[in-house]
Amino acid sequence: MVKPVKKKMAGWGKYPIESCLVYRPESTQDLKKILSSQKEKQIAYGLGRSYGDTALNEDEGISLFNKFDHMLSFDEESGILTCEAGVSLEEIINIFLPRGYFLPVTPGTKYVTVGGAIANDVHGKNHHLDGCFSEYVLEFDLLLASGETISCSRVENTDAFWATIGGIGLTGFITRAAIQLIRVETSYIKATYEKAENLDVAFEKFVENDANFKYSVAWIDCLSTGNSLGRSVLMRGEHALKEELPAKVKEPFKPSKGSVLKMPINAPSFALNPFSISAFNALYYASFKNETKIVDSSSFFHPLDAIDDWNKLYGKKGFIQYQAVFPKSNDPKSGIRKLLERLTEEKCSSFLAVLKSSGPANEGLLSFPMEGYTLALDIPIKDGSLFPFLRELDEIVLSYGGRVYLAKDATIDPETFKKMYPKWEEFKKVKKELDPDGLFSSSMSRRIGLT
Amino acid sequence: MGKILILGASSDIAQETARELAAKKNNLILTARNIEDLQMLKSDLEIRYGIEVTTKQFDGLDFDNHEQFFNGIVAEAGNLNGILLMYGAMDDQKEAEQSFSISRNMIDVNYTSAVSILNIAANYFEKKKSGFICAVSSVAGDRGRQSNYIYGSTKAGLSVYMEGLRNRLHKSGVQVLTIKPGMVDTKMTYGVVDEGPLLASPSTVAKDIVKGIVKRRDVLYTPWFWFVIMLIIKLIPEKIFKRTDI
Ligand SMILES: Cc1cc2nc3c(=O)[nH]c(=O)nc-3n(C[C@H](O)[C@H](O)[C@H](O)COP(=O)(O)OP(=O)(O)OC[C@H]3O[C@@H](n4cnc5c(N)ncnc54)[C@H](O)[C@@H]3O)c2cc1C
Repeated sequence: MVKPVKKKMAGWGKYPIESCLVYRPESTQDLKKILSSQKEKQIAYGLGRSYGDTALNEDEGISLFNKFDHMLSFDEESGILTCEAGVSLEEIINIFLPRGYFLPVTPGTKYVTVGGAIANDVHGKNHHLDGCFSEYVLEFDLLLASGETISCSRVENTDAFWATIGGIGLTGFITRAAIQLIRVETSYIKATYEKAENLDVAFEKFVENDANFKYSVAWIDCLSTGNSLGRSVLMRGEHALKEELPAKVKEPFKPSKGSVLKMPINAPSFALNPFSISAFNALYYASFKNETKIVDSSSFFHPLDAIDDWNKLYGKKGFIQYQAVFPKSNDPKSGIRKLLERLTEEKCSSFLAVLKSSGPANEGLLSFPMEGYTLALDIPIKDGSLFPFLRELDEIVLSYGGRVYLAKDATIDPETFKKMYPKWEEFKKVKKELDPDGLFSSSMSRRIGLT
Repeated sequence: MGKILILGASSDIAQETARELAAKKNNLILTARNIEDLQMLKSDLEIRYGIEVTTKQFDGLDFDNHEQFFNGIVAEAGNLNGILLMYGAMDDQKEAEQSFSISRNMIDVNYTSAVSILNIAANYFEKKKSGFICAVSSVAGDRGRQSNYIYGSTKAGLSVYMEGLRNRLHKSGVQVLTIKPGMVDTKMTYGVVDEGPLLASPSTVAKDIVKGIVKRRDVLYTPWFWFVIMLIIKLIPEKIFKRTDI
């Protein structure tokens, strides 16, 4: 029998915290039983690395995917991996990087499941050249509300395919997927660090050189003001070739170390104040030189993973990550400048502000990226005054034709959502066909008026 | 290289133990009543660890076939390095009190079938003068309690059987390891036992089991603190114990 346990659950930002009925199925058979009992609404929960409420279901059902962690097949020649949806990107890297294969797209943390990566259509530092995770998803199995499993790809059940890509778990349970890994010569990255004294310079260098680097991201000091508003460190890189490794590196595929540090407790709220954050930002900026060096891939792609539970840094009240994309066609620099100005005025920003460029949008009906630039910010929740401020940011983003990323969102309202994701109606149509009784639903989907 | 045979490989603890053994590059033979249940585990172990895995159908209650089953395994593998018996049945105590067939199912699965198959395995390893025999018993077999003494008594039988086997095989250099897990976070306990420090993850237990095999231990409580808990429980005089409700 599969029974749920009532538990308080949260995403990575620890806001909101909701009481959910948590199931822990172990097989597709179990998932079918959960669906056929039709007791509650259901949503899948991967590793909970979305920040807000996409994987939450207040007073309704959540199915954990941690038992769906089996590798099903791997073709050494083509690099095509088939695995269950609960396999994490960390496991894929640990197993296949030593064999010369890497993930074609990896987000800023490797503690993400394959199912979660599809359902949010995650992007990495190479979006401008390589697109989203879905680009490398050849097919996946989707368990529908009816209990039937369908295989979805670019040629089979295409509507379901493009609704599920970025579809925040609302079309069904993804049970397995086939993904294409890429070949690499080493597990190292040749990384180039370059400082930019303000936003104009950062943009100039970004735009100029984007196409020359596979991976590209800029960290912004979002508390600098005036002439140095938007001063940044551009961090860009390529997979290092064997011949580029320094002589002292004996193994081209050194296995990565696990997490080393652990946040023991929630940081007290006074630990984060404009002073400590601006001191951190200044120090961080100063710690970089303009240089090119060989670094190991985990520190390049997943630096935050080195500290377990770093989200506790923001204290008990949690935090919001606000990530917005500004389309290239609509003066994105001025949009980003406006956002940064409002943040510095409000003195509510953070350690982490990241600028990335993104390539063209794909066909995913609710997929986030579109050609342009994205800015991501961590904003600690001190009190309720943050929420009206976030609505103000939404207005700025909307006025530039941009949108916020659902994987990070916890607060936008239905009107804003519908303006930001104009294909929502098309999505709803496909969802209706796949899930006529609306069995799949989440706290987020109800909040934004999708279910 | 020889192979390790895991009987009842589809349980949570067995799956994790198989992963631990595979990570140490052991080739495995996995059994279950229904071998379809083992397909994913097989591909997972082969892909992750590059080992060889075979799957075999095995029914603990099909006593008449145990000899043939075991001989077939040995003939095919050439050489067995060890056997782990990891299946078991835990039915509801109250129902078992009312129904002998439920009691008998637990006795036959947990005790009778273990004696049947391990007798055969013991003769093989005794002749070979190496290898290990490992069976998962339970802390519940250390003392009878009203809440699960029928299950507990089957495990007590198994523990004593293993103790005797250890005594017999010591001179042959064969390790006989009795595993006594406490509460483990499995499908059986999910939603029944509250999460807490006493509830161990299957992977913790699996790591302990493999360490126990490597270190050639005799009896292993896992996690370790169950040794202390059971020591205290065993020390309570019967006069007092019979009044308790633990
Ligand atoms: C430090 C950090 C850095 C990050 N960096 C990036 C980044 O650079 N780029 C980026 O795009 N994202 C980034 N993210 C966000 C993260 O990649 C996504 O939120 C990702 O989807 C989380 O995956 P998960 O397995 O934890 O899924 P969850 O967060 O548990 O769930 C996410 C969504 O997927 C659905 N889902 C999960 N499993 C299934 C399934 N089997 N079937 C159907 N639906 C399913 C859920 O219902 C939910 O809607 C980052 C997150 C963190 C914490």
